[in-house]
Amino acid sequence: MSSVALAGNVASAAARRARSEDRTAWLLAAPAIVLLLLFVLLPVAAVIFLGFTDFELGYGKFRFVGFENYAHLLNDRTFRRSLWNTSVYTAVVAPVSIVLGLGVALLIEGEGRARGFFRTVYFLPVASLIVAMATVWQYIFHPTIGPLNALLSLVGVPGPNWLGASNTVLYSLSIIGIWQSVGFNMVLFLAGLTAIPRELYAAAHVDGAKSALDRFFLVTWPMLGPTTLFVVTISITNAVKVFETVKMLTDGGPNKASEVLLFTIYQEGFVYLRVGYASAMTVVFLAILVVLMLLQYRVLDRRVHYT
Amino acid sequence: MTSIPAGRIIRFALLSFGALMILAPYIFMISTAGKTQSDIFTSSLALIPQHFYFAENFAKAFAKVPMATLLWNGVIVCGLIFFFQVVVAIPCAYAMANLKFRAARLMMVLVMLGLLVPIHATALPLYVAFDRMSLLNSYTSLVAPFTISVFAIFMFLQFFRAMPDDLLHAARLDGMSELGIVARVIVPNAWPAVTAFAIFSVVAHWNDLYWPLIVVSKQAYATPPLGLMYFRAAEAGDDYGALMAATLIITLPLVAAFLLAQKRFVEGITMTGLKG
Repeated sequence: MSSVALAGNVASAAARRARSEDRTAWLLAAPAIVLLLLFVLLPVAAVIFLGFTDFELGYGKFRFVGFENYAHLLNDRTFRRSLWNTSVYTAVVAPVSIVLGLGVALLIEGEGRARGFFRTVYFLPVASLIVAMATVWQYIFHPTIGPLNALLSLVGVPGPNWLGASNTVLYSLSIIGIWQSVGFNMVLFLAGLTAIPRELYAAAHVDGAKSALDRFFLVTWPMLGPTTLFVVTISITNAVKVFETVKMLTDGGPNKASEVLLFTIYQEGFVYLRVGYASAMTVVFLAILVVLMLLQYRVLDRRVHYT
Repeated sequence: MTSIPAGRIIRFALLSFGALMILAPYIFMISTAGKTQSDIFTSSLALIPQHFYFAENFAKAFAKVPMATLLWNGVIVCGLIFFFQVVVAIPCAYAMANLKFRAARLMMVLVMLGLLVPIHATALPLYVAFDRMSLLNSYTSLVAPFTISVFAIFMFLQFFRAMPDDLLHAARLDGMSELGIVARVIVPNAWPAVTAFAIFSVVAHWNDLYWPLIVVSKQAYATPPLGLMYFRAAEAGDDYGALMAATLIITLPLVAAFLLAQKRFVEGITMTGLKG
């Protein structure tokens, strides 16, 4: 009898403790939950909602327009141009900065005394104000007084109008993008490289992988899988989010040749104040980010694992 | 000579060439900041200025850009953002990782969703709301949207899960309240994660142009990137000497911090990995 009562007491005491712990947890998490609702969840819901309206800042009234904004987007030449330019920029910047980042990491990994120096140098752009460095690049790319074209004319090559011509502007911006992200990717790859156990290389050597290239494909590349996937996703998302250099140097020009997604959203929403239409664009932007994340999870599930 | 293998020479040469490419903009920035206008127009490849014009260019930059205000705004905004992010995220991460929290699962889903949403996606409704509340051009509008960092929650969560439970049991046996445990046991032990996150957060917000550009239109609240943009727009012309001087001053604080605390920087970025 008494033992049953005692067990019941213990059980209810445990339950009481669990309840009070749960209450404390709610209290501790409450500020985060409130702010998350206020600054993330509600705004996302609002963007989706506004995308179905013709809301404009400054006008009191708005009405529902259904999918009209989205239908309009399909035929909007600026928006299509902007999607295309963002894709081109991403297709250049992401692969080049990943390959260079990996290359530099591998070279630095084998370097002896100068290792710390090189790591510092390559990482410098990550710690530099990109808006400020963009103005330096503008000077370097200047068609008449810029050092780059002065250098080219020394070897007798007529330099292009880097940021001023519609056929080169996107690639000039890509150069800045690559310059900025190589060091970031390098640091991530370096972290991945140091996590590879040394014995694996010794084992590969015993197994007949004599050349550095053999060892790379037998050990380094497969072991680097998770890091590479991470770097690929981050590089693509960062490239899709390009804005600072465009706003600073070209304003989307010349002739919309450097209109990119975030710049177009910025113009529509915050300059022309067509919030409804810009919201529809934002939804497309968010959809792109969601697809990128889903792709990452799929690959993660399928291939990238080791024991 | 023959004792140095060719592979090492090639590696060193490649690394040096790359390093030169990375450093080129900095070299030209410093060199141009010391040139006269005519120098800039005639000899762009000469790295050493013909007439040392550093003092004049810096004076011009300081006269036209309220440098102290910009840097002060940058420090205030980044400092406040970091403070709130940590104060909000640590208790939440602790509750999710170390307490019997029935909503922990749901919170995890929210955090993962939040990781996906950058400020660019929430900017429109937030702008409309701040406009309605007449909060544009204020520190509040610059700081508020970033007080919640799901990334901070995510990072601290992983850090706390790896922390030994004995530490918490001992503190509870001593009769500490949960809030006391967070303040006196968790925070001091989470220091490496806090510094790593500090570097991530400050780099991201010191550099951000998008949000300040949207909510600020007055010089008085401009952050460094925004101030530099105003200066460039106002100068418009080709006074690259003064522009490079201003660029140099504005880039310097973070670069100096990086050079002083390199190891922490690299660790911080590796640990946090994400950007923006």
